[in-house]
Amino acid sequence: MLRFIFTRLLQAIPVLLVVITVTFFLVRFAPGGPFDGERKVDPSVLKALEAQYNLDQPLITQYFSYLGDLIQGDLGPSFKYPGRSVNELIGAGFPITAELGIYAILVALAIGGCAGVLSALKPNSTRDYVSMSAAMIGICMPAFLLGPLLILIFGIWLEWLPVSGWGDLPGDKVLPSLTLGAVYAAYVARLSRGGMLEVLSQDYIRTARAKGLPEHVVILKHGLRAGMLPVVAYLGPAFAGILSGSFVIESVFQIHGLGRFYVLAAFNRDYTLIMGCTVFLAALIILFNLFSDVLAAYLNPRLRSQLGGKS
Amino acid sequence: MALLSIENLAVSFYTRNGITRAVRDISFSVELGETLAIVGESGSGKSVSCYSMLGLIPCPPGKIESGKALFDGVDLLNCSDTKLREIRGNKIAMIFQDPMTCLNPYLTVGEQLVEPLIYHKKLSRAEAKKKAIDLMTEVGIRTPEENFDAWPHEFSGGMRQRVMIAMALIAEPQLLIADEPTTALDVTIQKQILDLIADIQKKRNIGVIFISHDLGVVKNLADKVIVMKAGQIVEQGTAQEVLSNPKHEYTQKLLAAIPSGAKDTPHHNNSDSQILVQVKNLVTDFKVKGNVFRAVNDVSFNIYSKEILGLVGESGSGKSTIGRSILRLVNASGGSVTYHSEELLNKNAQQMKPLRRKMQMIFQDPYASLNPRMTIYDTLAEPMKLHGIAKGAELNQAVLKLMDDVGLARAFVRKYPHEFSGGQRQRIAIGRAIATKPEFIVADEPVSALDVTIQKQILELIGYLVDKHELSMLFISHDLAVVRKLCDRVIVLKHGVLVESGEVETLWQNPQHDYTRDLLQAVMH
Repeated sequence: MLRFIFTRLLQAIPVLLVVITVTFFLVRFAPGGPFDGERKVDPSVLKALEAQYNLDQPLITQYFSYLGDLIQGDLGPSFKYPGRSVNELIGAGFPITAELGIYAILVALAIGGCAGVLSALKPNSTRDYVSMSAAMIGICMPAFLLGPLLILIFGIWLEWLPVSGWGDLPGDKVLPSLTLGAVYAAYVARLSRGGMLEVLSQDYIRTARAKGLPEHVVILKHGLRAGMLPVVAYLGPAFAGILSGSFVIESVFQIHGLGRFYVLAAFNRDYTLIMGCTVFLAALIILFNLFSDVLAAYLNPRLRSQLGGKS
Repeated sequence: MALLSIENLAVSFYTRNGITRAVRDISFSVELGETLAIVGESGSGKSVSCYSMLGLIPCPPGKIESGKALFDGVDLLNCSDTKLREIRGNKIAMIFQDPMTCLNPYLTVGEQLVEPLIYHKKLSRAEAKKKAIDLMTEVGIRTPEENFDAWPHEFSGGMRQRVMIAMALIAEPQLLIADEPTTALDVTIQKQILDLIADIQKKRNIGVIFISHDLGVVKNLADKVIVMKAGQIVEQGTAQEVLSNPKHEYTQKLLAAIPSGAKDTPHHNNSDSQILVQVKNLVTDFKVKGNVFRAVNDVSFNIYSKEILGLVGESGSGKSTIGRSILRLVNASGGSVTYHSEELLNKNAQQMKPLRRKMQMIFQDPYASLNPRMTIYDTLAEPMKLHGIAKGAELNQAVLKLMDDVGLARAFVRKYPHEFSGGQRQRIAIGRAIATKPEFIVADEPVSALDVTIQKQILELIGYLVDKHELSMLFISHDLAVVRKLCDRVIVLKHGVLVESGEVETLWQNPQHDYTRDLLQAVMH
């Protein structure tokens, strides 16, 4: 198992390198620069600024010096937030985004998982049709529509929950988490329904029933683990989606997380901040895909023994 | 009073294609200490009748139309779910056909074993474990303490079936229902499992219902026999009566289908007939997790023209690998295979192509080996088009003739595989194999997945086609009785090594190797 994880981590290095290289050059080739603004900056000031951030050097030199800094964990200074490093900005924004992401995943698993399993227990019943239709709507509805809709209903008409912010007012974390989690809840519902339906038709479920086990034991103990495997495998990609999806949510709900920094950095051509966010997120996504693969392998005894090490 | 008495049970399935009356008004009873065998072909309703009384058929589409199932004074068909659950796995336990799919792969063997004790007998985990380990020893599982924490996939088929049996017995039921418990197992293992069930039945004095399609299997086991056809009981009586003096023609047909005796017209002129395929020191290795596994170890034999050579061994003995190595479907690691004195092992795919027409294969599972999206016409016409044997109107004629050859009505030619039964599909597969007019066919367990009566028909078909088209065949099987009925000579394989070879009858009368003796003993007919 350890060896599997180690190999996967090694494989991540070239992937990251490609991400870094492509982003680095794409951002540089995009029109505009970090110091282009409404007002023209004085050429001598511009020159001094460029010299300060090494922007006057050949691109390839900049690339390698960026790589050198990156290996030491230094993501460089921000161009738009003077005096603050990219590391600091990510450090400030990420905890909020991570918290939002975790709540969203929990929302997705709780709502989606329950809906999926309940549907699978009574396929083609009203219950099944209602929750699967809801899931379909959830998948089709974009977050930038669902967010304002929820704000309108729960924030403005019913006045139950705050309409924006994060951690300032009680209950202001509910709507962003729900909005971000909704799409993934829908996917999880469909995956867990499919997984459970397949498992419940297996011969060993019949064996479990023939043993006279109570129905909840048959479902939860004998069915759920295998039935949830598709969901576990989906967690990695889902997390990636949630991180990038959180940019929209953070804008809708005025949350100062990593997503806001990322979006602003792109508008401002804040080269180092764009790079920093991209590299950081890419690494996280790779890590989470690995995590969900390991979890899936761990849940499947056959895979587990193949990856070495019994139980 | 009988332990279980079924009265006028009728079960139907309501599907989109209409109503299937799976069980029609049957009645029977079982006493403590008695073994009742229910015999019939697949689809005869023998399993449904037992599953339905335990609430194990999906409803809908299933529906119990009428009847009573009295067990211990309780009508199983008309009691609460809670009551039924108390009886299931506790007083009535089941063993299923396929031990590969009937154990939960996500739970350890021990965990699955103790469950009935924990839920029915309210034992603590430690007490349950102790009892489970005792029982594992009783059903012949070695080192039970270690195996308690093993996963099902670490066990062989026979061992898993022992686990299933232990699991069924653990709550000390009064009635054991065994649904084809040995059909998916090798002959030698089959015998062990049957002996184990008989042994346990005597020792514990419980009632047993034994469901099987094979009258031969139940012969030594049953006290009473019920023969079912199309949901009805066509004959019942003591095992003695039914087997020695069958009244109904269907029972007679079932009995006649059990392969017995030698080939009617053995083919004896080996000395002067010519060698078609010569296998010399064949070695085939597989790499498993970095380790080399030698599936075929230094095997040599000849196949003469116009003979059927039987290749016998248990699963995992390497017999399929030999067949595939000869046809170059897997790559051999050493040795030589010649066809008409022409070396095959050093040919590349391009060079093999013209020979493929002459060498064909029939597979075990007629469900998996036919393309579900091709009509029978396409399946049969494809090899002929591929090898340029016929085209246009000629092709149509050739396909229709092929249908006649394998005994399928010409009208079926535009149908898809799912519209056929297992036996009919195997006929199609055989038709595909002989479509290119081959000289040599490897038949890999072509009848193992079939009911006995169908098995008999397919064996007859193979014998007829081999004679008619003057084919040579390597017939791979684990069933010696089948091999005796069909083959001229036989070779016996164990762990990839050839242990014995010779004329079928010589080997039958006077086996030299211990392993051959074991195999012969396992064939009880």
